[in-house]
Amino acid sequence: MDEELEKRIKETIGESGVVLFMKGSKIFPQCGFSARVVHMLKDVGADFRDVNILQDPELREGLKEYSKWPTFPQLYVDGKLVGGCDIVTDMHQSGELKSLLTKG
Amino acid sequence: MMEPEKVRALLSEAFPDGEVVVEDMTGTKDHFDARIVSEAFVGKSRLEQHQLVYAALGDAMHGPIHALALKTYTPAAWAKTKG
Repeated sequence: MDEELEKRIKETIGESGVVLFMKGSKIFPQCGFSARVVHMLKDVGADFRDVNILQDPELREGLKEYSKWPTFPQLYVDGKLVGGCDIVTDMHQSGELKSLLTKG
Repeated sequence: MMEPEKVRALLSEAFPDGEVVVEDMTGTKDHFDARIVSEAFVGKSRLEQHQLVYAALGDAMHGPIHALALKTYTPAAWAKTKG
């Protein structure tokens, strides 16, 4: 992967905090799966940043490779990929999402 | 678009010990539901299990397949779901 792009991806993900790479924005999701993850994050009271990958084709393609994950949404917590809609849904149902995002 | 048989073949090749079931959810050959049971998933998180599957599908995930609902199980986990 292009070095500049990888650097930009790492900076966007950051080392701490919750970042959701999604289609659309948290105010106006443009995909049902992205909307569901936004809803679950709000439900557990998480403070998160949203990044609209539809507005950044380079980031979108680069992130697929960086994450080894070909679809969106992608949820990152403290610099680590947590998963897409299926995994977040399971974690929400088990209560794991709430404990992950409301610790400390 | 991709034939469900082709998706199944790619997965069976990557998980030779595994049980692979692929369904075309919409009849349009681009939205699939896949269930894979394999020893390859032992000791891996669900995230890592799905990353293995995506790696096996490679370029197929970048275009031909629009959506893939994945269920991955180790043989032990699969035995439990059957109660």
